[in-house]
Amino acid sequence: MNTEPVLQIKGLTVSFRIRDQYYPAVDQLDLTINKNEVLAIVGESGCGKSALALSLTRLHDSKNTRIEGELLFKGQDLNKLSPGQMNKIRGSEIGMIFQDPLTALNPLMTIGRQIEENLDYHTSLSKKEKTKLIYELLEHVNIVNPQRVYEQYPHELSGGMRQRVMIAIAIACRPSLIIADEPTTALDVTIQSQILDLLKQLQSETEAGIVLITHDLGVVAEMADRVVVMYAGEVVEIASVYELFNNPLHPYTRSLLASMPAANAEQDQLHVIQGRVPSLQNIPRGTCRFSERIPWIPQTAHAEQPTLNEVGTEHWVRCTCYQHFHFEDEGKEHVLDGIAGAK
Amino acid sequence: MWKFTLRRILIMIPQLFVLSVLVFFVAKAMPGDALTGLIQNNPNLSPQMIAEQRERMGLNDPAMVQYARWVGNLFHGDLGISYVHKVDVTYLIGSRLANTFYLGVAILILTYIISIPLGILSGRYQNSLLDKTITGYTYLSFATPLFIFALVVVFVFGFQLGWFPTSGSVDAGVQPGTWDYFMNRLHHLLLPAFAGAFVSTTATIQYLRNEVIDTRLKDFVKTARSKGVPESKVYSRHILRNSLLPIAAFLGYDLTAVLAGNLFIESIFGYPGLGQLFLQSITQRDFSVVTALVMISGLLALIGTLLSDIILSWVDPRIRIS
Amino acid sequence: MALLELNNLKVHYPIRGGFFQRVIDHVKAVDGLSISIEPGKTYGLVGESGCGKTTTGRAIIGLNKITDGKVTFEGQDLTRIAHKNQHPLRRDIQMIFQDPYSSLNARKRVIDIIAEPLRNFEKLSPDEERRRIQDLLERVGLNPEAAFKYPHEFSGGQRQRIGIARALTLNPKLIIADEPVSALDVSVQAQVLNFMKEIQKEFNLTYLFISHDLGIVRHMCDQIGIMYRGRLVEQGNTEDIYDHPQHVYTRRLISAIPNIDPGQRQESAKLRREIMSSYQDDLKQLLDAEGKPLALKSISSSHQVALP
Repeated sequence: MNTEPVLQIKGLTVSFRIRDQYYPAVDQLDLTINKNEVLAIVGESGCGKSALALSLTRLHDSKNTRIEGELLFKGQDLNKLSPGQMNKIRGSEIGMIFQDPLTALNPLMTIGRQIEENLDYHTSLSKKEKTKLIYELLEHVNIVNPQRVYEQYPHELSGGMRQRVMIAIAIACRPSLIIADEPTTALDVTIQSQILDLLKQLQSETEAGIVLITHDLGVVAEMADRVVVMYAGEVVEIASVYELFNNPLHPYTRSLLASMPAANAEQDQLHVIQGRVPSLQNIPRGTCRFSERIPWIPQTAHAEQPTLNEVGTEHWVRCTCYQHFHFEDEGKEHVLDGIAGAK
Repeated sequence: MWKFTLRRILIMIPQLFVLSVLVFFVAKAMPGDALTGLIQNNPNLSPQMIAEQRERMGLNDPAMVQYARWVGNLFHGDLGISYVHKVDVTYLIGSRLANTFYLGVAILILTYIISIPLGILSGRYQNSLLDKTITGYTYLSFATPLFIFALVVVFVFGFQLGWFPTSGSVDAGVQPGTWDYFMNRLHHLLLPAFAGAFVSTTATIQYLRNEVIDTRLKDFVKTARSKGVPESKVYSRHILRNSLLPIAAFLGYDLTAVLAGNLFIESIFGYPGLGQLFLQSITQRDFSVVTALVMISGLLALIGTLLSDIILSWVDPRIRIS
Repeated sequence: MALLELNNLKVHYPIRGGFFQRVIDHVKAVDGLSISIEPGKTYGLVGESGCGKTTTGRAIIGLNKITDGKVTFEGQDLTRIAHKNQHPLRRDIQMIFQDPYSSLNARKRVIDIIAEPLRNFEKLSPDEERRRIQDLLERVGLNPEAAFKYPHEFSGGQRQRIGIARALTLNPKLIIADEPVSALDVSVQAQVLNFMKEIQKEFNLTYLFISHDLGIVRHMCDQIGIMYRGRLVEQGNTEDIYDHPQHVYTRRLISAIPNIDPGQRQESAKLRREIMSSYQDDLKQLLDAEGKPLALKSISSSHQVALP
């Protein structure tokens, strides 16, 4: 695979202000997104994946958010650009797709206008050329009747159609990076597969890098080339999609996979992760953040300041606890066996 | 669209019928009638003459017959005769209508000119010093009773400083149709209009501020930013239009409220409009005027609802009426 | 004998139009649905948005007006008692809603939320009521102290447990669960699904499990009905539906489930393309003049498909 980097993230920390104090929702993150690759970022709500997605184009409310670190994109640090320079990149070099296509489109503007707006700021096409391009874009995202849809308002379209329009907006200027934040979560499963197929097809044409933010490991398995698993603001595991599903290492990754109904249909009981995801103010920092969810693993198994360690080709895992991890119920059986043996 | 409007107008008929019955019979239940009003200052009339007159005016007819006649007259634009002023109510109202209209429109324009920018700035720069100042102003204008404020304004700018006239809508002797006449009217209008606007901006500013704060967080605003739309355009194209929807919905009511007159302002500034007429008619028990004014404001309220729906369907594609 | 039987159930909504707003047509949300659920089992009603699955659940519990057809619960016709809220049969059927964030009244304490159905049917002293509620909270795995807190003090999973506790107060026989976990995170989902299975055994509950998530349905259900435009296109046990789907609509739905083995990616995509290549024509063949699925035909003792 072509491994030409599109975006290099170095030491990214995204902090939100709560009562005059800043708490990092994304903590010291390093990551590279390559050309023509789908990089999935997976985790549950509160893991920092959406905070990460928005920070890549600095779409957070600047009054309550602090973004530190470097975002190297085509030789410049996005984090150092002025708002005006950033606007030149948004929508042209980096396209974004959001979760809910109903609320993500302006209800008072026609579809055509909403796509055209993107072209207004990044091209010098005439009105006529723009209209022609918009028809082409709509056709490209498999909308059958572009002329009609151009004149329509968002509420007149189905959820799947609206998400196609969002994609058309995102790809209008052929960006080299597309950030898709839960693009299919609000859609039916058949529409989901169509949208995912469409994204794949568009990628093969434009060779854009895609950052796919999702909570759905099924979508990850279908789409991703590489996977980043996040927990409580940190990356806990990075691996190729095959490696991650065949040889998951971090306790959180393994727990997530064990709790998926689709992967465990025959099991009577699904795995349940103890406790709950800590809120931003209560993230245990400086230790293994997942340790409180696996209390049966002794403290000695965790590293003191856990770092990401390369454990295989392009396979990174945080902390040392994965070497000692077992599920609690397995452990119980173990203990029971021991007792039975003693008797 | 036309079908919708026509249907809504048809629905108004039974509503107006109920209103007219209520108005008529409440007026009937009040002491005095058309005749007592006409003769109240004339002790020379004998009881016999009064009875004859009463019979001639149909005041002895059954209530239903009287009601039918009253409604029939309404249809012909005949609102009866003022007991006090002894002239046609139609004429009386007509003479005041223009004044009320000018004042109402002036208040409306001032209200929007002041409150739309303030509301937007306040919402956009939430919690800033500017926002706090604007919010402070709205609290002040909300807490100030209109009649006290109006009195203070009249006292300071009218009597003390003498910048503005303190009553009337135009000075006597100015030639209608001239530039001076227009300026003279405007001069009379400004003080009451500002006083009215000072109070009516409160709701609009607060409403708009909240709408802007809400809309700012909507997903489509995020989408707009992700397209690289500059912040000023994000506001003017996306946030503003969506925030103004509820304000537009009130515009219909506001437009018709203009014609109903402003009780306090007109009374305190001695401005001869419908509001002042209404208040005078109540204190003088001029019930034929009161009933006519109530009927008119009822009709205006109904038209206001219709107008609001039409305006809203016009600006919001989601409720386009087919 | 089946615990719940739907016989040719129809729920139609009028569409009004024209100058006088007369009824000009109907939306046939549910249009001839027949299902029977055995006691102690879980029946999964699956379909995409707008197929009528939610309407069905709401119609059974009396939240939607039934246009035609019969709903038989333990041999009694529910449509006849549709508007009698106090009827004893009403307590035997309870509902769990999708969104634990909006389905609990934020201004009420947990005890008042859970006691609501109880207060409709039984007159208990405040003390008895409190004991009963706290007992229930313990059984759904919450601290009895939780009774005096407000919904916002709980996490999504805990809230869904409160919703379940409310459904359990009257010892129902049938629970209609409408997308009970789709608003929850994966690990919390697992918690709630496990718990639903546990209480099913403990109380011998019967579930009508309404969902669009075929992965969860496979894990939870004994029998599955695939719904399309207000009718079933296919019905069978897990194996019938997932391993031998017959109707092209079912096949398309199953093929759209993301495969959790990334190695199977190419094959899944190929299968999807294959189905889609002739999907429109294949589907048309299996629909009647109104564009609705045909009547079900048995192809084995457990498996029925809407084929000509």
